[in-house]
Amino acid sequence: MKPVVEVHNVGMKYQSLNGEITALDNINFSVNDGEFVSIVGPSGCGKSTLLSIISGLIFSTSGTVFLSGEKVMGTSPKIGYMLQKDHLFNWRTIYQNVMLGLEIRKNVTRSTKEHAIKLLRTYGLYEFKDKYPNQLSGGMRQRVALIRTLVTDPQILLLDEAFSALDFQTRLVVNDDIYDIIKKENKTALLVTHDISESISMADRVVLLSKRPGTVKNIYEINLNCDNRTPLSSRETPEFRYYFQEIWKGLDVHV
Amino acid sequence: MFNLKKDSISHRAQVSGISPEHKDYLHRVRMEKIFVRVIQLLIFCTALLLWEICANAKIVDPFITSQPSRVLKTMIRLYVDGVLFQHIGITCLEAIVGFVLGTVLGTLIAIMLWWSEFLCKVLEPYLVVLNSLPKIALGPVFIVWIGAGPAAIIVMTLAISLIVTVLEVLNGFLTIDQEKIKLVQTFGGTKFQVLTKVLLPASYPTFINALKINVGLSWVGVIVGEFLVSKAGLGYLIVYGGQVFKLDLVMTSVIILGVAATVMYQGVVYLEKMLVKNKT
Repeated sequence: MKPVVEVHNVGMKYQSLNGEITALDNINFSVNDGEFVSIVGPSGCGKSTLLSIISGLIFSTSGTVFLSGEKVMGTSPKIGYMLQKDHLFNWRTIYQNVMLGLEIRKNVTRSTKEHAIKLLRTYGLYEFKDKYPNQLSGGMRQRVALIRTLVTDPQILLLDEAFSALDFQTRLVVNDDIYDIIKKENKTALLVTHDISESISMADRVVLLSKRPGTVKNIYEINLNCDNRTPLSSRETPEFRYYFQEIWKGLDVHV
Repeated sequence: MFNLKKDSISHRAQVSGISPEHKDYLHRVRMEKIFVRVIQLLIFCTALLLWEICANAKIVDPFITSQPSRVLKTMIRLYVDGVLFQHIGITCLEAIVGFVLGTVLGTLIAIMLWWSEFLCKVLEPYLVVLNSLPKIALGPVFIVWIGAGPAAIIVMTLAISLIVTVLEVLNGFLTIDQEKIKLVQTFGGTKFQVLTKVLLPASYPTFINALKINVGLSWVGVIVGEFLVSKAGLGYLIVYGGQVFKLDLVMTSVIILGVAATVMYQGVVYLEKMLVKNKT
């Protein structure tokens, strides 16, 4: 299978008056079509920087990223990006928020509008489409944020700590929810998180980054013994604890 | 989680059957509101009455302090002469033009400074100096350059409100969550789209704030301008009245000024309410 995302010898150095900081060093990995990959690492290891590089928002100082074989030269419509908070705009209704990406890409047509309505309907938000974001719960807002991304029809979803602003209970539900949507819509996903359980529960593979400068320390294939896998049921499998221990050891956290 | 909305609705329905305690509470709130209004009115009437009585009894010299009945008479005389609304009109027009120009130009300059970080860095010391400088000192300069007339007064008003607006709006832009801007960029948004989709709508409370500040400042500008040079307007009446020792005229003009400025401020507050209603 041909990888959708290829990260090839990527390195990133930040310049400042106090000197040079190497955030990432020689990163190599790839993501296959339809795969869910998590990136875990200690805070400040450059996880988010890596996502920004893949999305074309910033450029690496060395190495290259390929999307379906094409070199990344800037932001691409193939990519949908989800940020830590939902960042719904308070001054727009739910429907207008969902249309933001299409407006920016100047792609508001009859069919894309219908697509937006269809997504809102499928994921239980149609009746809220004329409400404002502050009238929705945190989980629903996150769902709207995902639809805002999905409506531009990206192949690859980049989730940058997309659940960390939610409280734990909501987070478990939203994990299931978003996982389900991503699988249904048949998207490839790359999740950055510092939460080991979350990374195992959602991913087919986990990429472990080291402390700064971030390098790929290990890649774990997650094989869980359960039918109809969901993030929540994954947490109940016997293998889950084993992976947790492995990654925890790999993270090598000292306080 | 998705029942949250329905829960809150059913909760509200429960509340709508008003309990005696709640009724009592609502009653107390209303009574307090009425009480405050009555006291306010009482203070106002007492002050007017005291002023009138003291002036009549020659406890204070009405020639220096004027008195409510004389103010009223002056107002009527101005009206009969047909100049009352002319003076009010000119001053209000100058204030409104200065106010609108100050806000619009200030916002445009703030956008320019946000657009080019380089320009912002270069202009920073000039902005600091202009912000610190008492703009009133520029009055004579404007009169010589522009000529004695409404144009000079409007420029005076502009000078007072412009820099404050620029700094206020620019500061509003810079405190907007960078992640919101990043969101637009992840969709491939241009700088112009960041401006129109995020910055301007998100700065809406900043604009209202700037408007409120500018209402006050533009009146300062207009009156100072009219003090320096004018043949009509409330500021002109105040200065003229002071020079010829007609305190009746001065007091009348100050009172009209107070009413006009309040009306304009309330206009902005009303505008804010209208816009807020449409947003949430």
